[in-house]
Amino acid sequence: MKPYLPIAGVIALLAAVPLVTSSNVVLDFLVVAFLTALVGQGWNLLGGYGGQYSFGHAAFFGTGAYITAVLQVRYGLNAWAAFATGIAAGTAVGAAIGALVFRAGLRGSYFALVTLAFAEVLRILASVAPVTGAGVGTLIRLDLRWQVFQFQSRVPFYLIALALVALSLVLMHAIARSRFGAWLVAVRENEDAARALGVDATAIKIAAMTLSAAVTAAGGGFYAQYYLFVDAGIAYGPWVSIEALLAPIVGGAGTVFGPLLGALVVKTLGEGAKVAAGDAPGLDLVIYGSVLVLVVAFAPRGIAGVVADAWRWRARRGDTTAETGHA
Amino acid sequence: MLSPAILIPAILNGLLTGAVYALVALGLTLIYGVLHIINFAHGALLTAAMFAAYFANRWLGLDPYVAAVGLAPLFFALGYALQRCVVGPAGRGDDRNILLVTLGLAVMIENALLYVFRADTRTIDLPYAFDTIAVGPAFLAVPRVIAFAAVVAVALAVGALMRWTDIGKAIRAVAKEKLGAELSGIDAAHVYAVTFGLGTACLAVAACLLLPSYYVNPSAGNAFVLIAFTIVVLGGMGSVAGALIGGLIVGVVESLSGLWLGESLGQVGIFIVFILVLLVRPRGLFGEHA
Repeated sequence: MKPYLPIAGVIALLAAVPLVTSSNVVLDFLVVAFLTALVGQGWNLLGGYGGQYSFGHAAFFGTGAYITAVLQVRYGLNAWAAFATGIAAGTAVGAAIGALVFRAGLRGSYFALVTLAFAEVLRILASVAPVTGAGVGTLIRLDLRWQVFQFQSRVPFYLIALALVALSLVLMHAIARSRFGAWLVAVRENEDAARALGVDATAIKIAAMTLSAAVTAAGGGFYAQYYLFVDAGIAYGPWVSIEALLAPIVGGAGTVFGPLLGALVVKTLGEGAKVAAGDAPGLDLVIYGSVLVLVVAFAPRGIAGVVADAWRWRARRGDTTAETGHA
Repeated sequence: MLSPAILIPAILNGLLTGAVYALVALGLTLIYGVLHIINFAHGALLTAAMFAAYFANRWLGLDPYVAAVGLAPLFFALGYALQRCVVGPAGRGDDRNILLVTLGLAVMIENALLYVFRADTRTIDLPYAFDTIAVGPAFLAVPRVIAFAAVVAVALAVGALMRWTDIGKAIRAVAKEKLGAELSGIDAAHVYAVTFGLGTACLAVAACLLLPSYYVNPSAGNAFVLIAFTIVVLGGMGSVAGALIGGLIVGVVESLSGLWLGESLGQVGIFIVFILVLLVRPRGLFGEHA
């Protein structure tokens, strides 16, 4: 269990927040950050570890959100069951798109484009199909009972969001330490070389996309329960896909804690911009965009990379044996 | 539904729309052909150019067709500077980094425009905006006919530039074999920036051609850029002829599927073409390699 201690520590620390404050502003901020971290962790699995930069993770988020909402509202399914089905549906979409796209051998720019196109097709379909509420969207009826995944206070939502983040961290960590994770990184670093060594790169990438979609779809389902409203722009809009990659890139793509770290930093910057400039539309996104460019330019391994470099530099300066001993 | 009185105008209008799409796609395909990356900031730059043309009209009273003469060099310089100072250095030659940088630029530009100009939709008034000419059973809007002619002229000019000038030869050399070109004394960073500038200048012209019949708001360019991606993939990444023909095909497909399926589902038709081409023939109709 020792490798999981850092995760346990971080989660325990965050779980203590509701004991310290009951401020809805703080809890709401953290829930949104956790949601971003969860969606980002999904992206990180495929993009950070697998090197396949998806620009269309909204396809999975939106499917999770819509299925969760529509099954309750239109078909009277229990909210928890709808949530689970939403995750399953998002996973299936991920597996299907992954199988199509990776079998066709699309990489790099082409992969980014085709994922974007799938998300856009789903967005347009959702904005016209009657079952999704078309342009109006789907509203989940307010009914504050835990049996239907709704709560009087923010605290249970906070803990559920945190539990989902914890699960995603453990999953990511387990994958990173597994043979599957090593294959995934090999495909990222040099797909042709990995194939030459006998790694079934196509199967690995499809599996990664399926898992990635599951994690991101969980974020979508949670979103539907938290805000009780879904429409095509919220669920499948391009902004969802951008946010999904922003958090891990800023925090450190291909690291376990990158998405959580990045989500907290990005959301703090966004809130800071709102405080500084009032509720002017666009300014927070200008900051997100600049952060993305600056991170890629000056800290390509994200905050986690900067921290790791600083740590190594200190260790080397302090005691040369400390580093080798640590490794 | 299939009577020529409906079909012919739909096809002709599709061709006219397709021409402007083709020009946007031309910029994208030039940049892809040489840098081998997709410029995700293309849509935001188109929006910026539309705003520039709008204010050239409102503040300076310039007709958009006149403004194009000034805006094209201006946006060439902007594109050159963006590639030389931002995309090139920050991307460090890694495709994935360049994708992210252009995406970041897109978010910045689009939302800076939103912050400054708000989400209001603006249009300009021109005396000839609603003039039409009759071609057979179809009435075609004059600004769109002018746009079609201008796009053909620009495409021929770009083709000539690529074929016969020194910089055109240098661009083609870098596109084919970067290291070899550099060994022959070609400054690849300069060539990259010139190409990016050319692609951006195409957008400035496209914006000026659009403005008489189209509106401007901070996300106006996005509608075009997704279509431009489709065209570039359909025509073959990096192919100038492919961008033109692909643009016309997509214009007609959109017009006809809009006729049969309704406006928003017509858009789906384009994306499905796009996904199918990517899955089945990723090098497109005229592309040399995937």
